[in-house]
Amino acid sequence: MIDVSDMVRAIFPYRGDAIVISGRASRHWAEISERPSLDLGLGDPGMGGHASFALGLAMAQPDVPVILFDSEGDLLMNLGALPTIAEQEPRNLYHFVMDNECYATTGGQPVPNAKRIQYDVIAQACGYPSTFTYGEIESLSRDLEHILSLPGPVFVAMKVTPEIENLPIGQRLRWQTRTLEENLRDLQSELGVSQRAPHGRNMRVVKA
Amino acid sequence: MVDEQEGGLSPVRIVNELKANEITHVVWLPDSETNFLYQLLESDATLNLIVVSREGQAFSTAAGLVIGGKKPVVLIQNTGLLESGDSLRGWGIGLNMPIVVMVGYRGWNRRGVTSEAEVALFTEPMLNALGIRYYLVENDSDADRIGVAFADAERLGRPVAILVGDEFHGFNR
Repeated sequence: MIDVSDMVRAIFPYRGDAIVISGRASRHWAEISERPSLDLGLGDPGMGGHASFALGLAMAQPDVPVILFDSEGDLLMNLGALPTIAEQEPRNLYHFVMDNECYATTGGQPVPNAKRIQYDVIAQACGYPSTFTYGEIESLSRDLEHILSLPGPVFVAMKVTPEIENLPIGQRLRWQTRTLEENLRDLQSELGVSQRAPHGRNMRVVKA
Repeated sequence: MVDEQEGGLSPVRIVNELKANEITHVVWLPDSETNFLYQLLESDATLNLIVVSREGQAFSTAAGLVIGGKKPVVLIQNTGLLESGDSLRGWGIGLNMPIVVMVGYRGWNRRGVTSEAEVALFTEPMLNALGIRYYLVENDSDADRIGVAFADAERLGRPVAILVGDEFHGFNR
């Protein structure tokens, strides 16, 4: 098993100018990131959508690497995203999946067939040209430079240690320093994208 | 009330409306009403086609495209609209995405009878429940409502729907 904090620290040196969609690793990534305007911690707009969102962003910005920290529970809700990603062949998309074998944010209940799913095999069968799987930080760290030099879409499955939360949602630690509105606005500003959406209307505040 | 429509909604008119509104990507899941439209879209180099496996994928994909500076349209059937409820809520409404979704209005007709499927009964109530504005487009004379929908989406910063109620002719005829 890999600690999520170790995983993000291993990837951090290779981040460069990549957009990082930090998903369930957001708390750890925010602690070390030096480019917060290129970070996208979306919270949980709708479970099952992170991979598709990353595809859209990668296609819209083909010259900017996009690193997604996905999670297996999210991916399982939308495995059909994989063939779409593979078909579109975004050469700038690096799809990391944290597999903790459970729904950690709801108390740690196991995902279906948690111990026996091979996500890298699924991704490969869906047409991802490069797929990897890791269960320890040493081998992941050793290969990261190579992985991130490959043309995407690249899929990396990682067995990670669960960070199980049992507190009621309202009592959980808030680590965010920016609202979602600020997060999106900062990224679009960094990308030089005119803001089509009037961010702020009905926007959820996830600020600490 | 007129039972049958005069003329239909031509695929070429739809594609022209999409181009006129500077659409960059069409995110869709094909349905029986739109297969001829698919051939047109596939042959058009200016519109990028993204085929999803389940309609819920469409809204998160479109949200990513919008954040990255593109202008997608989502094209699905009303059955898929129901399937993608939470995705539409979270990735569309929750992120204030000005996404237009064109919805094949399966089961719709002008006689108040849902002969094909009861999904028609739930389509407009669902849009109303989510607070999503919508326009009915039945034939070419209605097609300018497509541009109105795109303008609304931009102005409101919300998804807007177009219900394609071409029961008698269909895109595929």
